[in-house]
Amino acid sequence: MDMTSNDIYSTTVGVVGAGSFGCAVANILAENVSVLLYARSQEVVDQMRQEQKARDIALHKNVQGTGDLELMASSCNVIFPVVPSASFRSMISNLAPFLKPYHILIHGTKGFEVQLNGKSLDQSKTLQRSQVYTMSELIRHESSAVRVGCLAGPNLAREINEHQPAATVVASHFDEVIKLGQKLLKSDRFGVFGNNDLIGVELCGVLKNIIAIGAGAINGLGYGENTKALLISRGMVEMIYLGKALGGNVEAFLGLAGVGDLVATCSSSLSRNYTLGYRLAGNESLTEILGSMEEVAEGVNTIKIAKKLADNYRVRAPITNTLYDVLFDDLSLEEGLQQLMKYPFIQDIDFL
Amino acid sequence: MKSGPSKKPKTYPPIIPAREEWPVVRLSNNRKSFISNVIKETLDRLLHNGLNSQKLIEELEMTLYLESNRIRRNPWKVDPEDEQEFWKNIKSQLLDLNQTSTDSTQRAISIMVESIISRYTEEIAGNFKQSSYRMARAIITFGFARLLNAARLKGPRALFSGQLDLPDKIKVNGEIEQLRSLAKIGTVVMVPTHFSNLDSALIGWVIQYLGLPAFIYGAGLNLFNIGIFAYFMNSLGAYKVDRRKKNLLYLETLKTYSTEALKYGCHSLFFPGGTRSRSGRIEDRLKLGLLSTAIEAQRCNYLTGGEKATKIFIVPVVLNYHFVLEAPILIHQFLEQQGQERYYVESDEFTNSYKILKFLIKFFTKGSDISVTIGKAMDPIGNFVDAQGNSVDTRNQPVDTVDYFKSFGEITDDPQRDMEYTNMLSARIIDEFHRRNRVFSSHLVAFVGFRMLRKKYAKLDLYNFLRISPDEMFIDFDDFHQQFAAIRARVFDLRTQGRLQTAAHLDGTVQEVIEHGLDNVGLYHANRPLIRDKSGKIVSQDLYTLYYYHNRMHGYDLERYL
Repeated sequence: MDMTSNDIYSTTVGVVGAGSFGCAVANILAENVSVLLYARSQEVVDQMRQEQKARDIALHKNVQGTGDLELMASSCNVIFPVVPSASFRSMISNLAPFLKPYHILIHGTKGFEVQLNGKSLDQSKTLQRSQVYTMSELIRHESSAVRVGCLAGPNLAREINEHQPAATVVASHFDEVIKLGQKLLKSDRFGVFGNNDLIGVELCGVLKNIIAIGAGAINGLGYGENTKALLISRGMVEMIYLGKALGGNVEAFLGLAGVGDLVATCSSSLSRNYTLGYRLAGNESLTEILGSMEEVAEGVNTIKIAKKLADNYRVRAPITNTLYDVLFDDLSLEEGLQQLMKYPFIQDIDFL
Repeated sequence: MKSGPSKKPKTYPPIIPAREEWPVVRLSNNRKSFISNVIKETLDRLLHNGLNSQKLIEELEMTLYLESNRIRRNPWKVDPEDEQEFWKNIKSQLLDLNQTSTDSTQRAISIMVESIISRYTEEIAGNFKQSSYRMARAIITFGFARLLNAARLKGPRALFSGQLDLPDKIKVNGEIEQLRSLAKIGTVVMVPTHFSNLDSALIGWVIQYLGLPAFIYGAGLNLFNIGIFAYFMNSLGAYKVDRRKKNLLYLETLKTYSTEALKYGCHSLFFPGGTRSRSGRIEDRLKLGLLSTAIEAQRCNYLTGGEKATKIFIVPVVLNYHFVLEAPILIHQFLEQQGQERYYVESDEFTNSYKILKFLIKFFTKGSDISVTIGKAMDPIGNFVDAQGNSVDTRNQPVDTVDYFKSFGEITDDPQRDMEYTNMLSARIIDEFHRRNRVFSSHLVAFVGFRMLRKKYAKLDLYNFLRISPDEMFIDFDDFHQQFAAIRARVFDLRTQGRLQTAAHLDGTVQEVIEHGLDNVGLYHANRPLIRDKSGKIVSQDLYTLYYYHNRMHGYDLERYL
């Protein structure tokens, strides 16, 4: 009793979050199905309805704006939550009362959420893996949805909205979710790979933001490709170490969601995390930069969390540690770079 | 510690007094058609679930190879005499296969597969007899009670005393009323922890004590080697599981048998760990094969019966002993398996009736307190259910189990999804095992004793440590007392958080609990795991069994508090 293609293409799919990536996902989906796009702000909902636009991003004609999560849950079997990790928990708890075990959720958020029983991250000395949630873990924890997946890969929103060719990874423990994601997202200019290592793929997307900040800083300092390639390849190894300690498999990191996304994010001024690193090198303070950015650079929070996890599980993470000192401990970027160059790397590859 | 004033133990009337209405009785009355249904379903599974002719030939060759090996290297008394002949026949049929004509090849393959499956199904199928059930039940109850009485009153004359106080000896606690009410409205799958060969008999007694209709359960084929055991097993609804057979055809047949029985409404019992816990730890990994049949059966129930179809309820059960007779053998097997990944033969320790009898007498006359804790029931996804069988999720929101099997509004068949649900269910059962574990004084003294000794030799690996002669080590009693108090305080914290339970005897003064623990831990082993010697020091006579009993407290992260 498999769904026939026609059945799937006659359904409506939900997207939660009308930021740049949320709109990109909605636009891709809209080529195959009708899409309900949720925005928290009434202003944006009105704009979507009147102008078929969210802020400055044009929306496909099959995309319809809404401010009603209950309506979305009752009319959509498949929902793509794409909101910043900082607001993910409140979004999912608003949506949860309407979610049933038959709902399929594929999120596109690349960040961690920490749950510390009222304490703040800065107050708590150690951090356990069980206190850190990937977004799929958060969905499982906060709602009765179980068929959960994620989107990850080199998917810079602006390039997607410009209809450039690209591909993504849909990861889930459930083949059903992967197949569905592929059917819904696939188009002539957009490929979709499947992966069963949900946690590994999520970790790829989250951890690469750390390296992207470093890459931006290196370019900002005026260094060239040798230096950046060094950072990217050592960054990759560091991601793998952290990823393994947090429950991912090495393989995910070698795929499109790992090395693919890493290369894209570390080379593009379209990437927020890269931009943040670049501006740090230009002697702006972290507060100044964050204050002037339109959307969140997930990497800042990720560095904080990853450093504490690395400390607790004794993972070798020199790049994360150095960036932590630069962001939160007054180490200058130049000093940080010197510190890294002195780090005793011996083996090139020792994770296979 | 004295036992409290003896209350009259509670008795539970049968929930279905008319035995002919028991699902297991209906099934045995329709045994023939049930068996042919199992064969048909298994065949369907194999032929229609993507196995093409080439794959099937490979499976047949593999099965033939494994079976020939088994017959040669590991024959059992219970094995049928025509085995060699049967497989020889299959071999020649395989050789005769005409590789060119696809139609006749297809037919020949189907016939071979069917004949193997039929053979397996007949072997697996139980042979429940109502009349002998009643007798077997009476004998077991009588035997348990008399033997335990003899142990308690310390004299053979007590064998014939009028006092039958089994429920006093075996403490059944936990969600008993929920289990009884769910068994009336749905199909129950009981999943107990497994430490001793006597667990099946114990659970069998518990089931009838709680007034539940007979459960069917998979019993190791080796137990059928012995005539008298075979009689009891058959009478109590056992079907046979041969752990030597690991080929796909056998495993599929076994799973289908279980699924079909559940669809039939037979309450079932699996030991989800597969075999007895070798290490003495509570199961931290389950065998998913049989467990997945609960999910499959539930999906089938919904497919045929709609949203109001019979629900299947998973009920974890935790058994606790001060003393496991097989401990010395089990822990050695565990260390062997861990130490070197060498081929491990499913051995049959029970070789003859005399050994069994000796074992039984020792178990019953010497067994100290036993506790059986009935856990909270879950649906096959792992959501807890209330007394009416309604599921609630971890946030206490009601959920419909049928929704887990729906895709775009329809109930769909998706084996990979079922497998993922099995993983989720398995994690929930393991969690419930740990939460319902009833900590005994003996487990705790073994834990503290072993960890303290182990700490003194932290530089040695486990194997070298265990090889040290126990005479060379001791623990000062005051140190032990202090550490024990700290660990017990932590255990009480965990109890407050609902992460474990404790036996009533754990609440005495530290001194009392230590004494109680030392008196009971591995009580009847020739060499005691832990005792207090004449000079008052804590010593071990056998580090291996000490390690075994200590393992019971594994998984609570208590090591950090020593």
